[in-house]
Amino acid sequence: MLSVLVFLPLLVCAALALLPRGLGDRACAWIWISTAALELALVVVLWSGFDAGGGMQYEQRARWIPSAGVGYHVGVDGLSLPLVALTCLLFLAVAVYSLREYRRVRSYVCLFLFLQTVSTGLFVALDLILFFVFFDLSIVGMFFVIAGWGHGERARAAALQFFLYTFVGSLALLLGFIGLYLAAEPHTFDIADLARADPLAGSGPYAGLVLLAIGVGLAIKTPTVPFHTWLPPAHTDAPAAGSAILAGILLKMGAYGFVRIAMPLLPGSWREYALVIVVVGVVSVVYGALVALAQTDFKRMIAYTSVTHMGYVILAVGAAGTLAGTDLQARSLAVTGAVTQMVSHGLITGALFLLSGVLYDRGHTYAMDAYSGLAAHTPRFAAVTAVAAFAGLGLPGFSGFIAEFQIFTGSLASRTTATAIALTGIVITAALFLTALRRMFLGAPRLPGALASGGVADLRRHEALPTVALLALALVIGVLPRWLLDVIEPAGRALARLVAR
Amino acid sequence: MNDDIAALVPEIALLGAAVTGLLAGSWLPRSRQWIVAVLAAAACAAGLAATAVALAVDGEQTVFAHAFAVDTATGAGRLVVLVALLLVIGMSVETVRGHKRETEYWVLLLLTGAGTLALTGANDLLTLFAAYLLASVPAYALAGFAKDAPGTEAALKYYLMGALCGTTMLAGTAVLYGAGHATLYRELHDSLPAASYGLVAVGLVGVLAGLLFKAGGAPAHFWVPDLSEGAPAPVAACLTTLPKVGGLIAGYRLLHQALPGSDVNWPLLLAVIAAVTMTLGNLAAFFQTSVKRLLGYSAISQVGYLLMALAVATRTELAQRSLLFYLAAYAVTNLAAFAAVTALPRARTLDDYRGLAGRRPALAAVLVVCLLGLVGTPPTGVFLGKLEIFSATVDGGYPWLAALAVANTVASLFYYLRWLAPLFATAGVAPAAAHTGPRRWAAATAGAAAALSLALGLAGQAFLTPAEGPLLP
Repeated sequence: MLSVLVFLPLLVCAALALLPRGLGDRACAWIWISTAALELALVVVLWSGFDAGGGMQYEQRARWIPSAGVGYHVGVDGLSLPLVALTCLLFLAVAVYSLREYRRVRSYVCLFLFLQTVSTGLFVALDLILFFVFFDLSIVGMFFVIAGWGHGERARAAALQFFLYTFVGSLALLLGFIGLYLAAEPHTFDIADLARADPLAGSGPYAGLVLLAIGVGLAIKTPTVPFHTWLPPAHTDAPAAGSAILAGILLKMGAYGFVRIAMPLLPGSWREYALVIVVVGVVSVVYGALVALAQTDFKRMIAYTSVTHMGYVILAVGAAGTLAGTDLQARSLAVTGAVTQMVSHGLITGALFLLSGVLYDRGHTYAMDAYSGLAAHTPRFAAVTAVAAFAGLGLPGFSGFIAEFQIFTGSLASRTTATAIALTGIVITAALFLTALRRMFLGAPRLPGALASGGVADLRRHEALPTVALLALALVIGVLPRWLLDVIEPAGRALARLVAR
Repeated sequence: MNDDIAALVPEIALLGAAVTGLLAGSWLPRSRQWIVAVLAAAACAAGLAATAVALAVDGEQTVFAHAFAVDTATGAGRLVVLVALLLVIGMSVETVRGHKRETEYWVLLLLTGAGTLALTGANDLLTLFAAYLLASVPAYALAGFAKDAPGTEAALKYYLMGALCGTTMLAGTAVLYGAGHATLYRELHDSLPAASYGLVAVGLVGVLAGLLFKAGGAPAHFWVPDLSEGAPAPVAACLTTLPKVGGLIAGYRLLHQALPGSDVNWPLLLAVIAAVTMTLGNLAAFFQTSVKRLLGYSAISQVGYLLMALAVATRTELAQRSLLFYLAAYAVTNLAAFAAVTALPRARTLDDYRGLAGRRPALAAVLVVCLLGLVGTPPTGVFLGKLEIFSATVDGGYPWLAALAVANTVASLFYYLRWLAPLFATAGVAPAAAHTGPRRWAAATAGAAAALSLALGLAGQAFLTPAEGPLLP
């Protein structure tokens, strides 16, 4: 079942690549939408059959390269199922949004189908090498998306930087995985076996080095300060659909790596260096928010708020590794908050990036100064963007609030100062979103010089549908979160126990 | 005394085909010289069949007074060399068809292959040196096959370097013989630990010089870029791949079988050579504009990764299978890249590849697979090879070397991407003439080699199994 979910888009991608040249662009787009819809339906079936308290489910395990300790092992639990569902939903949203794409549509669709296989594969992988394969291929896929469909020649430079930078991270990760593999007896890359054996317990600096390698690898992908510098150019020059996937799904791969690999496999070192992780998280929150505040480019601003939002996740996982002055309930609350934040950020930022794509489509620039009083021309666009911005700043009633509330409650007892500093991030984020809304949507109507005034179209159906749907789900989670939290909480508790052992 | 000639079927098949081909070629009209190519391919196929049988029935043995070992490393080496030779034959078809010296080309190719096979099995210093000559002499002639200025320069450089390293190797052999009073590895294994430190060190360095020349490792790497650029593409493909397989397996066998007990700190020496080789190759490749020269420097950097396995030869059990697997994966990936270059004879610089994806999507796909493969991106074979070799290096106590290799891998990504990105360019596309060329054999070989490279990554166990097993003393 899981394997079907993972490899179905790849099969469609292969079939699409082999079909005769005569196939029209619209046909390709509709094949993509139907595949993505089918994937979403599959996830709904998976979710309905998922037993929240049952640990790892839908597991499949096969021998792959036994000599090298590599196996094909997939499964989902409460940490990964929400992210798998998010992946399928966001890819469907992007598919609908891309209905009007006109540049080399078939290759575009193939790349996104490939990326969907890679993303779902990563979230269900229970073998370090399988995880790594998908981790690396996500970089390759996104490189081609940015280089091929980004904004001009600049996009090539940004894509190259993105590839080089994140590739460094993936190789650091690989070194860390090798460290884990060699420590286990018998040598294995299987995550479940490694979590059970805890091979690096009590091995001191060696375990620290392994955590350093894995931590740097994941931190680059997440990204956290000081490894975030690839993010703004990659986002600014990527096409809107690419940005939505990059921010919504690919950034989660780093954060998910922390909860799936770093915490359960290196619990001792995780506890030992929890303070470092908390500090990195808090610095990311505050620095990301401050830099976002100073941006004049709408898309770049959203990119920096991603650093802030992922900083909350890092703060939470760091706090979950701090045993002093806290109990299991607080730590599992922090983990649950972290996973909820990943889902919430995927929904809200995915929508925001798609909206920024609409902005670029109309005005051919992201510069906020170029626009004013847009609400008069495009009321629907203004309304949806305002809702997304409010959701992004963590307004109660949206998923971001639920997530951040849990993170702060879970972290406060053990990391009081850090949590207090991180709270300022909320204030700054609120300020920057409100400023952006005021500059672009209110005031005297003005459009970028090149455009005839009044000639700007409002949100079209294929643009409104995906963004509104994503925000609606964020609202549902914000108002009725139990169906999601019931799935995440048992897994969060299990993880908190694993870290504390 | 075991003189079982049947153990040497692959070597004899190549040699027999070379002799028969040479005689037959003298009488064949020029339009029918392709028959020799068929004979060569048949000899490779026969060799592969014999190797498969030997692996299946555990036909491991040492023959001719233990001077030649037929064991795991030989078996795996034969598989790699013979498959590589088949691929080289495939990609050469259009380049030499109707050439007035076509037969000679096929014969020289077979002789190079036979010499390389002898290198992989050499279990004695004198056999090793004889195999070195057998593998080198036909290769010199191959390098200058085109008889044009760049080819002649490349051949001359290759020959001079080879002659110098060969002499050094012979001197080293003599010194080791003096130190250990034997040339058989199994006897050196026992006598070298008691021998004078200085003699063993000097002798080993001398022998390694020859093997490093074959592999193209620093400081004997100067011939690689010139040959890679000057020789015809299929020849460059052959000479950056086959001798590497022979030289590295021979080096591994020598270090593992003859020197495990010696005080000489050769693991550190090889670790340093590996570090220097990969770094030099990568740095020099950075701003190359000629694709063949870039592949030449990339070949040097890849030797650096391979030498890591030699450095930890006796320190971890992972060394052998990582070396053999990486060699297999590298051979097919490198050959795929060269086959793609052969299929585009008019595209010489990176700029000539701009927009290739639009005109020849299949070739562009091949290049994507093999360039990302050479970087070590999963799921290609080289990724699994790198994983194994990095694991072996960390396990063998050289984590700094593994970290350096990782840094080098990132650096190498830069120049491979400089080639890869223009393939998909939509602006400033190269003139259509640059993208014309033989569409049948060379392109098909490129596709087959790229598919093999992917298969090695996805089903790597198929080759890891024959790569595991003890060496015979």
